[in-house]
Amino acid sequence: MSFIKTIKDIPKEEYLAPGHRLCAGCGAAIAIRLALKALRGPTVIVNATGCIEVATTIYPYTSWRVPWIHVAFENAAAVASGVAEAFKIMEKKYGVKRPDVIAIGGDGGTFDIGLQALSGALERGHKMLYICYDNEAYMNTGIQRSGATPRGAATTTSPAGRVIPGKLERKKDLIEIAVAHGVPYAATASIAYPVDYINKVRKALETEGPTVIHVLTPCVPGWRIDPSQTITIARLAVETLVFPVYEVENGKYRINVMVKKPKPLEEYLKLQGRFKHLLLPENKWLLDKLKEDVKWKWERLLKLSNL
Amino acid sequence: MSGVKEVYKMPESAFQGRATWKELPIGGVIPEPATSLRYKTGNWRALRPVLNEKKCIRCLMCWVYCPEPAIERLEGDRIRINYDYCKGCGICSSICPVKAITMVEEGA
Ligand SMILES: Cc1ncc(C[n+]2csc(CCOP(=O)(O)OP(=O)(O)O)c2C)c(N)n1
Ligand code: SF4
Ligand code: SF4
Repeated sequence: MSFIKTIKDIPKEEYLAPGHRLCAGCGAAIAIRLALKALRGPTVIVNATGCIEVATTIYPYTSWRVPWIHVAFENAAAVASGVAEAFKIMEKKYGVKRPDVIAIGGDGGTFDIGLQALSGALERGHKMLYICYDNEAYMNTGIQRSGATPRGAATTTSPAGRVIPGKLERKKDLIEIAVAHGVPYAATASIAYPVDYINKVRKALETEGPTVIHVLTPCVPGWRIDPSQTITIARLAVETLVFPVYEVENGKYRINVMVKKPKPLEEYLKLQGRFKHLLLPENKWLLDKLKEDVKWKWERLLKLSNL
Repeated sequence: MSGVKEVYKMPESAFQGRATWKELPIGGVIPEPATSLRYKTGNWRALRPVLNEKKCIRCLMCWVYCPEPAIERLEGDRIRINYDYCKGCGICSSICPVKAITMVEEGA
């Protein structure tokens, strides 16, 4: 396997071309551009509807330098399964070399509407990688809450005001759902740790069977952040334990970015307009709940990785 | 296959917004890679990143994190900002460990 060690080892080749219409400072753009740095040969991308799909392929323009299919919002994993199986037959019948198959979906397309298709694909066990770029809401249609929106975040369908202080419910845990299917490899990743992230995509591609990578991608309008702060905020998510970076290989948990001295959660929240109200004294109860979520997940991870 | 016209390039008319369906590849296919290179996003920019080559330590942090990508990695890990596509997000400037990239107002 060819893993990289430093930033300098990241390949020069760009499989995502500029000229796309993703927002200035878009975290998802960075996630996809970097994931493509891990390609090892012919690859087919299957992309669910969402910002990445919409903004990279405004007809007749495309930013992709690899074969790419757009299907619907909910069926990226189903179509990727079909592509993987079709190539398996073509290999047998005609000796065509099997390409890697990567499905890409946003959190809406993965945690919610595409979850059934994803579950089916993971259960059937196709050789494919599913990458979920998680900007924690349905951004392309105007910041609606999703199952991936964290507690306390304001979205257009969980607006912070007199009635509620942002979303009241907990964020779903995608990797735990993947692990429950018994997949050989599932991992979270951060765009602020590009070497770890690229190596994970490569490792997933080299694994037989279905694999899942969940990458957190700050969103400029959706998180109400300064566009220059995308990476800083992605890093703070890891340093405050909001988004632990870990992998599960054949059921074995490993924390890849160990955080010995976590920063206060407030450092992450205060840079984002969507959490502004959480820092008010009257909403402390919800902030405390969010802190409990974070603590619960981290302590569980420590246990699962035998630390 | 008879009756199927092979199209490997987008017809020029498609980019001028005056192609009829008869000229376009069947099935909404874009048969060429990276046609978005024709779409310059540089005019989105309000702030312009300016590189001070003397300060740059060639660590490539800006190159790694540019979302477009609008930063080219050159010989010897020098970098060049491509203003045709740079949207002026400021990530490169905020991430640079030696402050070799400053954001200045566009047109100022
Ligand atoms: C079945 C269906 N319902 C609704 C839509 C409209 N729609 C397009 S993109 C989108 C949101 C996508 O959200 P997400 O998957 O989180 O990706 P993001 O836009 O955040 O990148 C929605 C609701 C659709 N395309 N198909
Ligand atoms: S809305 Fe968010 S995810 Fe979508 S293009 Fe803009 S920054 Fe990226
Ligand atoms: S300002 Fe943003 S788009 Fe422009 S070169 Fe820097 S990182 Fe890239």
